[in-house]
Amino acid sequence: MSNKKASVWTSIPFWRRSAAWVTGVASVLLIWLTFDSISQINMGTESDLKNGIDKRVPAATVINYKIGYAMDAKRGHEVPTIGEKQLFFGKEWNEEDAKNLLHLGKLTSQSKNCMNCHTLLGNGAYYAPDLTKAWLDPAWKDGGPMQGMTGKNSVEEAISEFLQHPSQYPTHARMMPDLKITKEESMGLVAFLKHMSSIDTNGFPRNFSKTDEQFKRGGSNAH
Amino acid sequence: MLTSIKKNSFENSESKKLAMMYFRVAIVLFGAQLLMGLIAAIQFIFPGFLFEIFDFSVARMVHIEALVVWMLYAMIGSVYFLMPDETGIETVGIKIAKLAFWVLTAAVTIVVLVFILVQIGPGTINSIWFINEGREYLEAPRWADIGIVVVILIFYWNVFSTYSKGKKTGIMTVLVADLMALAGLYLAGMFFTDNISIDQYWWWWVIHLWVEATWEVFVGALAAYALIRLIGAKREVVEMWLWIEVLMLFGSGILGLGHHYFWIGTPEYWWEIGALFSALEPVPLVAMFVHVLYDWGKEQGAAQAEGKEGSVAKNIPAMTWIVLNAFGNFLGAGIWGFFHTLPQVNIYTHGTQFTAAHGHLSFFGAYATILIGMMYIGLQYAYGIERMTSTFRSKMAVFLISFGVMGMTIALTIAGYEQVLIERAELGATWNAYFVAQDMPWYVQAQIWRSIMGVVTFIGFVYLVWDMLTIGKEQYREEAYIVERAATAV
Repeated sequence: MSNKKASVWTSIPFWRRSAAWVTGVASVLLIWLTFDSISQINMGTESDLKNGIDKRVPAATVINYKIGYAMDAKRGHEVPTIGEKQLFFGKEWNEEDAKNLLHLGKLTSQSKNCMNCHTLLGNGAYYAPDLTKAWLDPAWKDGGPMQGMTGKNSVEEAISEFLQHPSQYPTHARMMPDLKITKEESMGLVAFLKHMSSIDTNGFPRNFSKTDEQFKRGGSNAH
Repeated sequence: MLTSIKKNSFENSESKKLAMMYFRVAIVLFGAQLLMGLIAAIQFIFPGFLFEIFDFSVARMVHIEALVVWMLYAMIGSVYFLMPDETGIETVGIKIAKLAFWVLTAAVTIVVLVFILVQIGPGTINSIWFINEGREYLEAPRWADIGIVVVILIFYWNVFSTYSKGKKTGIMTVLVADLMALAGLYLAGMFFTDNISIDQYWWWWVIHLWVEATWEVFVGALAAYALIRLIGAKREVVEMWLWIEVLMLFGSGILGLGHHYFWIGTPEYWWEIGALFSALEPVPLVAMFVHVLYDWGKEQGAAQAEGKEGSVAKNIPAMTWIVLNAFGNFLGAGIWGFFHTLPQVNIYTHGTQFTAAHGHLSFFGAYATILIGMMYIGLQYAYGIERMTSTFRSKMAVFLISFGVMGMTIALTIAGYEQVLIERAELGATWNAYFVAQDMPWYVQAQIWRSIMGVVTFIGFVYLVWDMLTIGKEQYREEAYIVERAATAV
């Protein structure tokens, strides 16, 4: 604009400097918050689990524990709970093996492209159910339809069997396709799902534990 | 008079030729995106359609991947197009830029063929490297990621050296800074981790800081260029607006990233940060809308005061798409985004068709529109047409595509609303709750309407391509005829 400074509000250099400052400050704040967030969502360790230290994302060995999802009165929403020990595929997994199993599961979830039908932590495609708390879904529990359908008597074995032959166990006209998932890969995927269900997602999905209560009372969602 | 058919001053601009090459591939990929969308939409209604042959996951992956890639192509093309005008010199290193174009196009072809033919791999790191990374929007396998980075480095080198040598306009300054951020952010999506929370944390750095920050600023710069070129808006006014837009877009968009960190394992403080800053994100979009319409009205009024007749815009189809951009950006990104950006609402809407509704209208309104506008500017240049007017086909394309996308958006919004009520609020988001909601009449009908509107959009696309293939030749001939007649009359 002209050399005469009519007003700072019509000065390009003023707006350019303001844009640079605002962008710089916002970026610095984001980077600072990122350091804090990453430190809070780094995976915990086996000793955290043993000592009952709550981590937002627990260690892979969380697969050796019973996981729940219950209302937390103080926080005002549901949070994952880590309870007593529980065998996973009939055994307790040591740190190394649990880590490898989770690694295989996460790799499989990406190479089979799960996210372009399902949502994970609510992100992905909307063609199939959200998997955030799939491990805790009443459908897979003792007495739920999926154990009977697959002829297995534990949650992990029922899910593993389903993942290997999904189109043999249709739950809806919209079926999961056969993705050539091997036995090992399916076990990895179950570990990945169980681990994901133990992540503290600030109460997402809401009301998930409500249906679990209904299920325990013998009710169903069918009207 | 004869000057009007004289070829334009950049007749031999290799940079602009390269831009047209990028535009051509972009429009082909746009078509692929729509076809894949149609397949996926049909699968919602008839789940048996192509089951275990070409599953929804494949169609949807190619649908969104083609979307991202065609937009990047059109964006790169736009930069090669406007650079000679802005800097006043021919783009530096155009030979290697052309080579990079062919390398990128070959890589994209291989990636798409592998997506379509191989689809998935075993659970090994090799699948991530060579088949598919399996992260929504960032599905390109790692080898292609590296290829993309190399090509983008060449592109950025072109831009930076041309900028350094030539005139440093405000538009170019914004682009040079913005493209650096845009390219650098891609690196945040190029690693593997077992921790899904950390995975999604960085994944959002790429996705959000692209579409809600750097891409938006890019659109601001394109709109500024287009206003100067099409209606002769004053550079000082346009560039001052541009800096204000950068201030507001980055001021709200960078920390607005927080609205993706509500539920992925990250701490609660993102609720407040994400809600506050993302709620501000529509503000710059309102400003951009006002700015485009205000400038247009001002220039038109000034021309009329001088006694000139007709529209002040030199390219009506391009101007139509750019005004549509101003409105669509505000409506799709601003309003539809704000609908579900507060955590109190988002806990119910997150991961429902609400997100899909917003995605459709915002990608179309904020990006597709202005990039199509840039293609029309390219066509006008390529044929050396003084004034480009709308044909019946251009109008049909505008109408059918806008109507179709808006229709899909409304249908998906209704589907999302039903999901929120039934699946989320009432039944609690389990497997069973999900399928109960999928079978309710509101949802099923919405999916049918979405498919119909998808077909409408596709017909609009056919008109668009038809128009782009014919408008240049047709109007070039018309102009030549008018000039000839004028010459013989003298």
